[in-house]
Amino acid sequence: MTKAAAKSVEGEDGGTWRFPANQALRLESGAKLSPLEIAYKTYGALNAEKSNAVLVCHALTGDQHAASTHPLTGKPGWWDRFIGPGKPLDTDRYFVISTNVVGGCMGSTGPASVDPKTGAPYGLAFPVVTIGDMVRAQAMLIEAMGIDSLFAVIGGSMGGMQVLQWAADYPERIFSAICIAAAPRHSAQNIAFHEVGRQAIMADPDWRGGAYEAAGVRPEKGLAVARMAAHITYLSEAALQRKFGRELQRDGLSWGFDADFQVESYLRHQGTSFVDRFDANSYLYITRALDYFDLAAQHDGVLAQAFQPARKVRFCVLSFSSDWLYPTPESREIVRALNAAGVRASFAEIETDKGHDAFFLDEPQLDATLKGFFSSTAQARGLK
Amino acid sequence: MTAVREDFAEILRLVTPGARVLDVGCEDGELLELLTRERGVDGQGLELSPENVAACLAKGLAVVQGDGDRDLDYFPTRAFDYAVLSKTLQQMREPRHVLSELLRIADRAIVSVPNFGHWRMRVSLMTRGRMPETRALPDPWWQTPNIHLCTLKDFTDLCRDLDLKIDACAALSSGKPARPFHPDGILENWRAETALFVLSQA
Repeated sequence: MTKAAAKSVEGEDGGTWRFPANQALRLESGAKLSPLEIAYKTYGALNAEKSNAVLVCHALTGDQHAASTHPLTGKPGWWDRFIGPGKPLDTDRYFVISTNVVGGCMGSTGPASVDPKTGAPYGLAFPVVTIGDMVRAQAMLIEAMGIDSLFAVIGGSMGGMQVLQWAADYPERIFSAICIAAAPRHSAQNIAFHEVGRQAIMADPDWRGGAYEAAGVRPEKGLAVARMAAHITYLSEAALQRKFGRELQRDGLSWGFDADFQVESYLRHQGTSFVDRFDANSYLYITRALDYFDLAAQHDGVLAQAFQPARKVRFCVLSFSSDWLYPTPESREIVRALNAAGVRASFAEIETDKGHDAFFLDEPQLDATLKGFFSSTAQARGLK
Repeated sequence: MTAVREDFAEILRLVTPGARVLDVGCEDGELLELLTRERGVDGQGLELSPENVAACLAKGLAVVQGDGDRDLDYFPTRAFDYAVLSKTLQQMREPRHVLSELLRIADRAIVSVPNFGHWRMRVSLMTRGRMPETRALPDPWWQTPNIHLCTLKDFTDLCRDLDLKIDACAALSSGKPARPFHPDGILENWRAETALFVLSQA
């Protein structure tokens, strides 16, 4: 068995899974990635039947620290409010697994990892990865953990796209799927915003064609601008207006280009704090993976065809009314394809003015909805 | 057990155990929950209001937030044994299309409609000369969601026109058990306040 060859290092509740050379990750581009390392965290305990595992998929700039203190920022995990004992994703009941995507920068193999061919960081020699590749790597990890079937796979934004890909590629390995604030493909507008971010990084003289690490520098300014532009798309006009309006940082205008407005100061802070925890090349690769995502295109242009094999999967699709990054019609398109494929699917649009990022935030309707979905699905699975 | 709405009680009686049921306009999922509990059906709801959708999901029901007028087209053919439409056909923009869609999606449709030919309606219109406001249809004309009201005769005519077979029908009036009747009975168009039909493709 090849399973035994993959090894986890560090503690029980997380670490890095190392796949040896005979278990390379086959990439959609045709390239192979080896050695492969997947960084992960787990919360809760796997039951004897191994039937209570939930895979949490993170968004563009997330990582495996979904419900544990982030080692670089010292802040709570990105979905700490949602995952834990007695929380909607209840770790007293479920075994939660969260991985860092391939191409990421928190321990999984990515552009900052060492290229075995050169002994130096990959940089732009790292192969382009896709959402499908991320999911294939997760499937390898789940298999290595000895879990045949996940109780649920859940994620928002890019995490939601991974959920869709799971349903299309590994339907027999998932009992239920929850896709939040996502889309079946990246739109022209989505690609356009990402291109702004990438160009900002590549325009930074410290980017050095991607080989910044060898030069001992980091393209911090470019990455910060990329984050600032992207962050606007995660909020809504109403939320920005409510939070900042035209409020000033100090009394009066500076009659210059300081951060006069609170919203400017907020965005600058978002940019500068982001560079402390994220790698610029990873940002290029992961945004590319998102731009390449088009689930229907992988199935003769028919989205419903992607879901045909997933007829036994219990689906829940959620969108936010003020999300303009992946607006509700895109979630509806997913639901219609699920209906057309005869998949048991639920869909709700959560009323909120908080925009795309609402899934991180306190949304009682989101919690109530998912609590209901989890408890009925657990009953159908026969979980105690 | 609390009292069950008379139309729900009748639907509960009609639906076979373990059937696949689509409830169009399922509100807070009361009927689907009842059918799931009492008949072990595999249920799916379609509902417009976000509050109701959240209530359904909290009950563990499969529900899609959507519009019966627009979203039935996306369900696959013969995906369900029954499609239920309780007292909402008259609120649809295109009742004719909705009715034929129900019977594309499901083998049988269970449809209930308020009867505008009921004697209370006729008397109210005759004596007051105004749009009737009765216990079955209590809203004033400018506020009512009922934009396509019909009489029992109108409804059976439409069924005939669409080549639909009426397998069963029953009269409903609040508080009383359903009373089966013959769809062509002359008096029923006066007597039945609301009528419930089981339809199939002829």
